[in-house]
Amino acid sequence: MTDTNVMYPRKPKRITGRSIAVLVFLSMAAMFFCVPLYVLIVTSFKEMDQIREGAMFSLPTKWTLEAWHFAWFEACSGLNCSGLRAGFWNSVVILVPSLTASIALSMVTGYALALWDVKWAGPFLFVLFLCAFVPFQIIMYPLIRLTVTMGIYGSTTAIAFVHTVLAMPILTLIFRNFYKDIPPELIKAAIMDSGSFWRIFVEIILPMSGNILIVVLILQITSIWNDYLIGVTFGGLGTKPMTVHLANMVTVSTGTVSYNVNMAAALLTAIPPLVIYFVLGKFFVQGIAAGAIKG
Amino acid sequence: MPSVSFEHIVKRFGAVTVLDGLNLTVEKGDFLVLLGPSGCGKTTLLNLLAGLLDVSSGRIMIGDRDVTELDPKDRGLAMVFQSYALYPTKTVEGNLRFGLSARKLPKAEADARVTWASELLQLTPLMRRKPSELSGGQRQRVAIGRALVKHADVLLFDEPLSNLDAKLRTEMRLEIKKLHDTLSPTVVYVTHDQIEAMTMATKIAIMNGGEIQQFGTPDEVYENPANLFVASFIGSPAMNLTNARFRITDGSPGAMFDNGTKMDLTGYDFVSTPQDGDAIAVGMRPEHFLIDTQGTQQSHSAFDLTVKMVERTGSDALISLEFADDQLFVRAEPDRAAKTRPGETVSVQYPTAKLNLFDAREGRRL
Ligand SMILES: Nc1ncnc2c1ncn2[C@@H]1O[C@H](COP(=O)(O)OP(=O)(O)O)[C@@H](O)[C@H]1O
Ligand SMILES: [Mg+2]
Repeated sequence: MTDTNVMYPRKPKRITGRSIAVLVFLSMAAMFFCVPLYVLIVTSFKEMDQIREGAMFSLPTKWTLEAWHFAWFEACSGLNCSGLRAGFWNSVVILVPSLTASIALSMVTGYALALWDVKWAGPFLFVLFLCAFVPFQIIMYPLIRLTVTMGIYGSTTAIAFVHTVLAMPILTLIFRNFYKDIPPELIKAAIMDSGSFWRIFVEIILPMSGNILIVVLILQITSIWNDYLIGVTFGGLGTKPMTVHLANMVTVSTGTVSYNVNMAAALLTAIPPLVIYFVLGKFFVQGIAAGAIKG
Repeated sequence: MPSVSFEHIVKRFGAVTVLDGLNLTVEKGDFLVLLGPSGCGKTTLLNLLAGLLDVSSGRIMIGDRDVTELDPKDRGLAMVFQSYALYPTKTVEGNLRFGLSARKLPKAEADARVTWASELLQLTPLMRRKPSELSGGQRQRVAIGRALVKHADVLLFDEPLSNLDAKLRTEMRLEIKKLHDTLSPTVVYVTHDQIEAMTMATKIAIMNGGEIQQFGTPDEVYENPANLFVASFIGSPAMNLTNARFRITDGSPGAMFDNGTKMDLTGYDFVSTPQDGDAIAVGMRPEHFLIDTQGTQQSHSAFDLTVKMVERTGSDALISLEFADDQLFVRAEPDRAAKTRPGETVSVQYPTAKLNLFDAREGRRL
């Protein structure tokens, strides 16, 4: 009983076979992403002469932005040789309205479904749930007919419209589940104080939505920006998004393959989502971690 | 300040009937406490009044207005919630102001009300803070302030103090009582805490299983409980309830306990006289016993009983005595209790007029 206060030195941590295995696996996974990225980056700064020598992993002997310049201003996608620029602006013109519309609409429907008495809310949610898991290919043809009838087929408007429609079910479910966690007494208090659907939304609910908004923003920006199939299907001449331009450039260039230009083009296309990750990433993790709202 | 009345209120959730034909009237300026165990339908009744739930059938009147179909914001009510329900992204001031948002008030009037409420509740130094930066008591005061700025004629409270610690609860109880004395709104206050009910209410409605068991002043429900439920629910320590049979001997009423002990009931004010041989429950409040009084007092029943246990409860003490196969709790002065040892015999007397007799089967007062 006298030695209860004696501190025993802790056993030094041994590196076990298990942790070695984990480390090896993680390193391999990292390499899997890092090595191609490294090659991509160095190649985009090389001149074609150096590339032809092989030596994929060597650093550029002469660093140059020529390939980047060419990819942005002059590279050909099909017959159109004005670089990725056009595709970039198309993507922006598609992204902004579809992002705004899909988030604004699904936020309000999610809010209504979670916090107000909506007739048939249960069946409606079930239908939404089903819709969220219908593969795009299945409704592609009807959507083409629909956009043709609306007279927007082949425009960026059509692409933005399809993105908005396709995102609505899942985003509504996401927002609805988030708002469902708001304490019921809070909304009761707001109903007694104001009673106005919109006023409660704007003044009480919207300011509480920061976390989930970040999550949804990242998901949506990434998925709309990286989309290829919808862009190819619904875009017309000169209205296709950046990803489609990139694919054309990389796959159908005639003559010698300009690896450096292709790599620069790929990187240019990836920059916007990357920027979003860097800017919003911190909040993204917080948003995912924040399950409940505290008063 | 209007009166509030519930007329034949029925409320069902799907197949479950929570309230079945409930009637209740609150006079204007009254402080009505709805008291009852958890799950008895108090919150449901309050939400029906507030318009946050729809009645299945029945009518709710505020003053001479039928509000059954009105929107919550149009009923002229304000409500304070158990969890405070403050808007987390708004400051204290923003919370108070949002309370006014349904009313199209001129800015000067709104400012004046917010200032008035913040001074009344000592919130002025906190106006710029968010709810997360406030203590429990402060949050509760903001919640009350948000209700007061509306100048509503009827204030509703749903267990507003149950998230506070004991000391703060006592303080807030006094503050709410003081508010009622100065502003005299009609108040409907829900709680399961009988101390809150007894100290604050001008009228108490005791509920159980969706039914009003008794409606009356705190004194009435305490001294004349209408049935066994109220008798056992109200009072801490609880009323002693002992089973017995009603006996008429030589024309005078009496109770015979299971072990043969007899008690004379002459002088008890019967609501309805039972038949000879009926099963009854005899209720005696711990604090009405006399201990060690010399000679039997006029219309008292006297017993010499063995002490089982002595319990100090702070300012008082309880002595438990063996009585008719059961036990009686008797309140005693701490000095007297300190001299008492288990196994001793104590003589106690109980005034017949303070007895509470109940029909053992139906539970109703006799
Ligand atoms: N929305 C609801 N759906 C189904 N049952 C409910 C609902 N709200 C309350 N109840 C039921 O009604 C009864 C009374 O609830 P409540 O009024 O909250 O009781 P109290 O406030 O007295 O504790 C409980 O049995 C509860 O389960
Ligand atoms: Mg309740």
